[in-house]
Amino acid sequence: MTALTTRRFDLAVIGAGVVGCAIFRRFALGGLKCLLIERGPDILSGVSKANSAMLHTGFDAPPGSLEHACITAGYAEYREIHEKLNLPILETGGLIVAWTAEELAKLPGIVAKAHQNGVGDVYQVDRAEVLRREPHLAGDALGGVAIPGEHVIDPWSAPLAYVLQGIAHDGEVLRGVSVNGGEFDGEAWQLATRNGLIEARVVINAAGLQGDIVEAIARPSPFTIKPRKGQFVVFDKPAARLIGACIMPVPNERTKGVMLARTVFGNLLAGPTAEEQEDRDHEAVEQGQIEALIARAGRMLPDLARETVSALYAGLRPATEFRDYQMEALAERNWITVGGIRSTGLTGSLGIARHIADLYARHFGELEEATPIWTPVPNLAEHRPRRYQQPGYGEIVCHCELVTRTEIEAALGGALPAGDIGGLKRRTRAMMGRCQGFYCSAQVTAIAGERLAELPGGSS
Amino acid sequence: MKRHDVLILGAGPAGISCAARLAELGIRDVVLIEREADAGGVPRHCGHIAFGLREFHRLMSGPAYARQLTQMVAQIGVRRRTTVTAIAPGGEVDIVDPESGPSRIAGRAVLLALGLRETPRSTRLISGDRPRGVTTTGALQQFVYLQHRKPFERAVVIGSELVAFSALLTLRHAGIGCAAMIEAAPRITARKPADWLARLVLGVSVLTGTRLVAIHGGSKVEAVEIEQRGGRRRIECDGVVFAGEFRPETAILAMSHLALDPGTRGPMIDQYWRASDPAYFVAGNLLRPVETAGVAFAEGRIAADSIAASLAGRLPAPQRMIALSAAAPLKYLYPQRLALPLAGLSPLLMKARIQHPARGRLRLSANGREVWGRAMTALPERRLSIPISRLPQGEVDDIAVDFIEG
Repeated sequence: MTALTTRRFDLAVIGAGVVGCAIFRRFALGGLKCLLIERGPDILSGVSKANSAMLHTGFDAPPGSLEHACITAGYAEYREIHEKLNLPILETGGLIVAWTAEELAKLPGIVAKAHQNGVGDVYQVDRAEVLRREPHLAGDALGGVAIPGEHVIDPWSAPLAYVLQGIAHDGEVLRGVSVNGGEFDGEAWQLATRNGLIEARVVINAAGLQGDIVEAIARPSPFTIKPRKGQFVVFDKPAARLIGACIMPVPNERTKGVMLARTVFGNLLAGPTAEEQEDRDHEAVEQGQIEALIARAGRMLPDLARETVSALYAGLRPATEFRDYQMEALAERNWITVGGIRSTGLTGSLGIARHIADLYARHFGELEEATPIWTPVPNLAEHRPRRYQQPGYGEIVCHCELVTRTEIEAALGGALPAGDIGGLKRRTRAMMGRCQGFYCSAQVTAIAGERLAELPGGSS
Repeated sequence: MKRHDVLILGAGPAGISCAARLAELGIRDVVLIEREADAGGVPRHCGHIAFGLREFHRLMSGPAYARQLTQMVAQIGVRRRTTVTAIAPGGEVDIVDPESGPSRIAGRAVLLALGLRETPRSTRLISGDRPRGVTTTGALQQFVYLQHRKPFERAVVIGSELVAFSALLTLRHAGIGCAAMIEAAPRITARKPADWLARLVLGVSVLTGTRLVAIHGGSKVEAVEIEQRGGRRRIECDGVVFAGEFRPETAILAMSHLALDPGTRGPMIDQYWRASDPAYFVAGNLLRPVETAGVAFAEGRIAADSIAASLAGRLPAPQRMIALSAAAPLKYLYPQRLALPLAGLSPLLMKARIQHPARGRLRLSANGREVWGRAMTALPERRLSIPISRLPQGEVDDIAVDFIEG
């Protein structure tokens, strides 16, 4: 087998979800020659393309868990770097709302756990205060818990910015490449792909839904991925005026439940469902589940009945048989496992990357502290200046999301051009709005031309 | 902020005919705003020959018709590539354009002629994977007629409104196969000969009483799953075209102060085409889904007369209003309000549609007495015209339109 790249890498990260992207950034900043390998046509092709976009405080994470530590560290680092990378925070705060006496009884416990987790600004509010803050909520709310630090971010621009920073620090990215096997000779790994071999001294498995399969390259996987599907409904922008904070339910044993959140793009989001499934490759939306989700959201927010659904999506989360993140360094094998990052990966990713860097330093050598080169990304959030608001933007192509031709062309070039139409949508918002491409899909396709590997048709 | 006599938002058939009529009436300070690079609206990408008979007395293709419309406003000019981002009380409008960025302009009167679009797959809550190759007729037409591209090879068309047959013609023009046309209702929605055209001329199998269950595919569409008489089966295809279920383009209006009608999904108007803020007027398919370009054109022209009257101070203030409502089985009725004293009743107004096929009597009553009625069998997506001229002029206590089934 021939070499896919002639370069020998210090580190190969398998999987360009948000966790892989953040790890890639951390190690590139640490002075290693890094390679990020993604089997999809673009970064964020798997788990990370569909989530609730929350920046979590970790108030409800299991106390003392790795997950809690990573969320806390990730939250702090995001707040520290977001302006330098031009990433938004929509400061909504969160509000847990109790709808039954049983849920109401759980609120003091939620506050106590938050305080135990170091989120000291969480407090209980009474029914009147809930309805004063959120006048559109159904009147049968019984009380709530305010979490002032729970906010909303752009779930796609953040990992993109991480990768771009990694590239600026001499990292490389391979997309459309599956790692099918590998051999470790005591010094370095030879990773086998359909396109050739990749040599790297240390390998990090951040393969998300393929986590256990990739883990089997190094050892019998100690965990099994059990995909859990979450479906979401996106309501058109006029609906976003109906809530201020992210409205969260009192969690039960199995799931955090259905929440209502604003998005940085100006929509209102309801979801997720939580459904176990075997299939790791398909994340179908199902009308029955979606209708139940809309009904559930409508019971919390009755005025939602008059609003329009503009998009649906579904994502798979890589749950395992374990509750906590599965992270471990195999010192004898030059391998680090990062698995089972279920639903808090967006916030946790920067903290996970730091934790993994610590593991690396303990087993495989010191990392440097390079002076960061900052790689700001285009802003897509509605509460901050968009490109169309500055003169000289050329032309608006996507009218629903006010996306300019300049932005689309920029996303097709640069250090990491969009790899497919999904990547172009995530980088620009084009075709992501209420008409879902009625007005612009033909023109976007014409602009993309032959620059995308695949020729997009319409989009759904 | 510059205040003009009239702003017209949208340079499709309604906006253009309004602008042209205002020019005839001597109103010169008119700004016609269009967000696309070219004026003409939806007909720009309708390749079939079905336009212009009423306005230009000959049949022409959509693009030819759009060019003809654009000619009508050559003197006035169109501010192209200019996007409306918000509207505010009193005719103040936020726009952005590529050269100057955001700004606010105002009109003593503003015509809203923003048009409509089809309902996409997501809003219809259709199950399944979300591969490439799922589109609407409008997007398909733009691929085929504006970009000369073939987005897929073999498609299934969902729906049987008139526009679905336009989708069939577009597919044929592009050399794209059509695996089937699917309609959930027991009969097609468009008028009867359309399905003969589909079956006999185009050789398309039209499956009525058939529900789309799910879309399947990986990165591209691979098949649709349908349910017919209790049985399910797959139809292999690489494209799905959602046709029809039009909805007015009202996102900007939904965030504004204007009253919208949940039935039409468009702004509420009175007989002067005037919205709930009397600075705003409405014409064309923003009013309701969906009429032909010819109807939108006629509405733009007559709305111009109202706008001219308003500028001259000749319209009655919107103070005393009679509200009209569309009770089931009616789906919608417009105008939604009539200003008193009753005058200026255009035959283009008082149109309704029905929710489901129904037999019965459509009635117009004034002051508690029926002034017109007709027994009929009504079908969805067909215009029901109520002769507004039967209403007494002047003072009226109450007016009602209803459909008595049976």
